[in-house]
Amino acid sequence: MDVLALSRLQFAVATYFHFLFVPLTLGLSMLVALMETQYVRSGDEDYKRMAKFWGKLFLINFAIGVVTGLTLEFQFGTNWSRYSAYVGDIFGSLLAIEATAAFFLESTFIAVWHFGWNKLSKKAHAVTIWLVAIASNLSAFWILVANAWMQHPTGFVLRNGRAELADFFAVITQRFAILEFIHTLGGAYITAGFFVLGISAWHLIRKHETAFFKKSFRLAAAWTLIFALFEIAQGHMNAEILSTAQPTKLAAMEAHWETGRNVPMHLLAWPDAANERNAVQSLSVPSGLSLLATYSTGGEVKGLKDYPADQRPPVLPVFLSFRAMVGLGMLFLALGLWAWLKRDRIEEQSRFLKVLPWLIPLPYLANELGWTLAELGRQPWIVYGLMKTSDAVSPLATSQVGTSLAAFFLVYALLGAVDIYLLFTFARKGPDAAAAAAK
Amino acid sequence: MLESIWFVIWGVAWAVYFMLDGFDLGLGTLFPFLANDETEKRILVNAMGPFWDGNEVWLITAGGVTFAAFPRAYAIMFSGLYTPLMLLLFALILRGVAFEFRGKVDSARWRATWDACLVVGSFLPALLLGVAFANIFQGLPLDAAGLFHGNLLTLLNPYGLLGGGLFVVIFAVHGALWLAARTEGELQARAGRMATSLWLMEVVVAVAFLVLTWFSTRLWQNVLAKPVLLILPLLAVAGLLLTRVFAGQGAWWKAWFASSALILGAVLFGVAGLFPNLLPSSLDPAASVTAFNAASSPLTLKIMLGVVLCFLPVVIGYQLWVYLTFRDTVTAESIERGPAY
Repeated sequence: MDVLALSRLQFAVATYFHFLFVPLTLGLSMLVALMETQYVRSGDEDYKRMAKFWGKLFLINFAIGVVTGLTLEFQFGTNWSRYSAYVGDIFGSLLAIEATAAFFLESTFIAVWHFGWNKLSKKAHAVTIWLVAIASNLSAFWILVANAWMQHPTGFVLRNGRAELADFFAVITQRFAILEFIHTLGGAYITAGFFVLGISAWHLIRKHETAFFKKSFRLAAAWTLIFALFEIAQGHMNAEILSTAQPTKLAAMEAHWETGRNVPMHLLAWPDAANERNAVQSLSVPSGLSLLATYSTGGEVKGLKDYPADQRPPVLPVFLSFRAMVGLGMLFLALGLWAWLKRDRIEEQSRFLKVLPWLIPLPYLANELGWTLAELGRQPWIVYGLMKTSDAVSPLATSQVGTSLAAFFLVYALLGAVDIYLLFTFARKGPDAAAAAAK
Repeated sequence: MLESIWFVIWGVAWAVYFMLDGFDLGLGTLFPFLANDETEKRILVNAMGPFWDGNEVWLITAGGVTFAAFPRAYAIMFSGLYTPLMLLLFALILRGVAFEFRGKVDSARWRATWDACLVVGSFLPALLLGVAFANIFQGLPLDAAGLFHGNLLTLLNPYGLLGGGLFVVIFAVHGALWLAARTEGELQARAGRMATSLWLMEVVVAVAFLVLTWFSTRLWQNVLAKPVLLILPLLAVAGLLLTRVFAGQGAWWKAWFASSALILGAVLFGVAGLFPNLLPSSLDPAASVTAFNAASSPLTLKIMLGVVLCFLPVVIGYQLWVYLTFRDTVTAESIERGPAY
């Protein structure tokens, strides 16, 4: 492999791994904040124990999320220096705003929340977890604005041999960024919802702390249902905007080759990129894709053949990621609905409760599939239509990137194993044992 | 003008980072020498517990400032110094999780593993950042295209290594003083003794570094050209001397602040001596990366100046509040009461 391929692989490893931790941080911080608020409002000690128990799991997850985020900021400079020099005027400022406006707040107050139980008043302590929750969500906003700019560059001029900022407001308020932000949050909140549902189910089956875990379950069930519904309704907008913003991504994820009107949507298909056609396509909804992409059955949808082969993303993985993500989204809605409907007598749903812990990985998978679609679907561009990924890589030696990539595999595999082990251990201990084991 | 303002912000971000994270990197480095049993280890870890994460964000901010205000410098520095930066990254990753993980499993081997990560993850960043900055002070082998003609060994020259040693010893004293200020009894006495004995080494390394700086870099010449800037090395020297004076009186907080003044003065002296270079080239002065030829567009610099002026005072405000809230003495009883690492 050359430096480009190694750097892409390294970025993929770093991003996939980082994003195993981010969604839970975004979602669970909100849930813990809700629990602690409930404690402050009602004085019910169970909610305090909930905030502490779920907060403990939150902290274990948070630690790896933070340190693996460092890697991403470093990598733009270490491995993608030509990219950084070319678009740093815009992209670099968004990352710097993230650090000053959000990351400081998050990192400072997570410690205050952790260490401040006896030092702060009840209310002030609840405020600190809200600050953490808001700051981590704000942090996601700035990062996703930066990513959205790579997906759909706007508000810039080409000057002095680089992309320079022309309209800051256009960059941070563009529709693409807002949609990407809320879609990512939706996925993150569903992840946290299933995390709480799954662990609560594990304890409910074993009749540990039934009252405690029923309260957790009820909160998470409503939460999951709301965001599973939201995600599906909203996700459609993310696909629709691609018809104008990123037509090659839309065509690849739908395996759509010929530009046309009244384009059907094939529920069953298998793309054959070598022959620029689909090996299989059936169960077609007439004009389905036209309708979804343009809100008109006669709307024109660009096909992949309209673009030279070297400007198309790899079709099969993009197509499959999209299908699998949408399928999972539907499943989350069904499960969320069931959990919510049965919330009052959930302890009687023993089969459902037995399955739920095993479903915790699914939202994680959906998140990663979403990023695969977003990033692989943007190829061969690093900034859509503006800069090719192959032009962005640093002038490095293969041995340098090969070594660091091997180190990432090793260190990340270790950290991942430790994290899963600790989450398992503390999740199974339950609220009292977990509190006693580590104050 | 905007470029110069951003150069100052860049330098101040690094100086504040070294002042704040310096003590917890130093304390991590001294970990095996200061703490004798598990209780003392926990006291040591908890003495920096509520602060290290917020401190480290100053590094992200210094990196972010470089990226936002001087993207070309960010690109050249991070790709040119690829291997040391990757080492720094892995060190910080292992160190960060060590805080959270070390107390999570009740096993001596488990704790020993994360303690090792904490020590290496604290020592290595101090060393690497020192080596990197000393090399930046004396110039990197950069050509006109910004290509770095060297490798990790290029950086490990005598001046670079001395810079690394200087950072390690300064941070170690800074950390020992912090521990002395926040503990009591035998541990406090041990930390104080450590600080005063390391202080001698600090003086020797600092003097050697300042002398070699005259021959290896243009920092002194640049600062002497604007004599008002001499206040920066003077601040550093005054901080260094006062550190010992206050330490001798057992006034640990004052000694820590004096040590902070040393760090601020020393880093800002280096930055002022660099101006307007961010990355001077040792191959050809014309190939140097400066605040002017690496800067972002005026619009970006203006917007980001607004962002920094709005947010950094707020950040400093709440971080100060956190320091004041958690300034009390850490004892075996206080960590037993929890919450603690």
